[in-house]
Amino acid sequence: MNSFKLFLLMGSLLMSGFHSQAQELDLKRMMESSFQTKGIASVDRLTQDENQMACSTLVKGKPQINAKQQAKIEKTNLSLVAYPQDGVYLGNWREGEKIAQSGKGATWTDKADDVNGGGCYNCHQLDKKEISYGTIGPTLYNYGKIRGQDEAVLKYTWAKLYNSKAYNACSVMPRFGHFKLLTENQLRDLMALLLDPQSPVNQ
Amino acid sequence: MLERVFNTFVLSLAVFCCAARAQSTGDEIAKYREMLADGNPSELFEAAGEDLWLKPMGPNAQSLAKCDLGLGPGVVDGAFAQLPRYFKDTQRVQDLESRLLTCMQNFQGIDGQAVKGEDFGRGNRKNIEAIVAYVVTHSKGMKINPPMNHPKEKEFYALGQKAFFYRAGPMDFSCASCHGAPNQRIRLQDLPEITTPQGAALAWGTWPAYRVSSGEFWTMQRRLSDCFRQQRFPAPVYTSDVTIALSVFMAQNAKGGIVQTPGLKR
Repeated sequence: MNSFKLFLLMGSLLMSGFHSQAQELDLKRMMESSFQTKGIASVDRLTQDENQMACSTLVKGKPQINAKQQAKIEKTNLSLVAYPQDGVYLGNWREGEKIAQSGKGATWTDKADDVNGGGCYNCHQLDKKEISYGTIGPTLYNYGKIRGQDEAVLKYTWAKLYNSKAYNACSVMPRFGHFKLLTENQLRDLMALLLDPQSPVNQ
Repeated sequence: MLERVFNTFVLSLAVFCCAARAQSTGDEIAKYREMLADGNPSELFEAAGEDLWLKPMGPNAQSLAKCDLGLGPGVVDGAFAQLPRYFKDTQRVQDLESRLLTCMQNFQGIDGQAVKGEDFGRGNRKNIEAIVAYVVTHSKGMKINPPMNHPKEKEFYALGQKAFFYRAGPMDFSCASCHGAPNQRIRLQDLPEITTPQGAALAWGTWPAYRVSSGEFWTMQRRLSDCFRQQRFPAPVYTSDVTIALSVFMAQNAKGGIVQTPGLKR
């Protein structure tokens, strides 16, 4: 490659760098000017954490994350999982079913002290008798029957509910423990819904 | 014998009903749409909108009859099929609702900024909703064909694409969480994949719509606002840039599809 071509190449790289930066700035400005705080949904929510930003970065019009970044994000999220201190992972599946049914919480029409739901049925099949389930996530029917409930399964399932990004950096699933959407006890009840042999999920 | 036939009939009906329900609400709503094909309640809003279009209103006591929706002053036929678009006079890319707001301000002397602070379904916004019903009906059956020539239109498409994939908030949601993959449902509600021409035509081509569950007429601005609510985002300002950019993204992706508005929704 002669020096003139190299010069041109460097120039175009520099230009494209400036161009994409200018676009990022425009996006930020657009988001900031387009929203207003309403109820508990404040404009602070527009500020992305590192994870959200990495999963929103587009390559040829689609979000794409590189392997190194993905591994780093998953490691960070896994390190932020708080496991139950008393070692009790399983609560009451009947309560868990109620939490799975409720999609309430964290919108501008909710109150700060409202009890949130997990909204599990929005995306997953669980109890076979509930035919109104979504398909964004995989079916969880027979989740515990298939996996049993040894220590590894308990810890994995807890971490998945607490911070889904610990295992998949750009998972579509919310981080229920990490963002305090659900309490520790609610997570225990959902664990029971998934893992208790008596739970309808495992019938 | 007769009883047995009847029982079998009832049983097969029951099986049919629940199998259909388990599959999707789409089929049931399609049937409902068919029944109402000649009587979508949107017609009431449309009739009110036509009156409002011609009625002198606001501090200037003027009508909107000379409002330019992109195809020339007063041209309503086909205007919605070619929105959003760049308007020279405002130097902005505008959707139908932001354009109506411009006209209400310019012709009628209504304070556009104040209208942005109102609620959906009330006051001036209620009037806009009816006028929207009137205008979109006059593009029904036409091809979705918004222009993509002006640099601002291209810029807004790119911004809309980024906004579509913008994850934030306590649930990490973006528009793409629900509308970025094929054959997805929330509960039994089918979700169009808005990055594809077919999915975008379903989304952009069937809103605004009359909502059976609430008896309200929902414009695209209202549809987007409720999407953001469920996304756990703060509230989008009425006709703000993000709503226009997302509308450009949807309408451009939907190009070639058919305007089926006003639609009929759950």
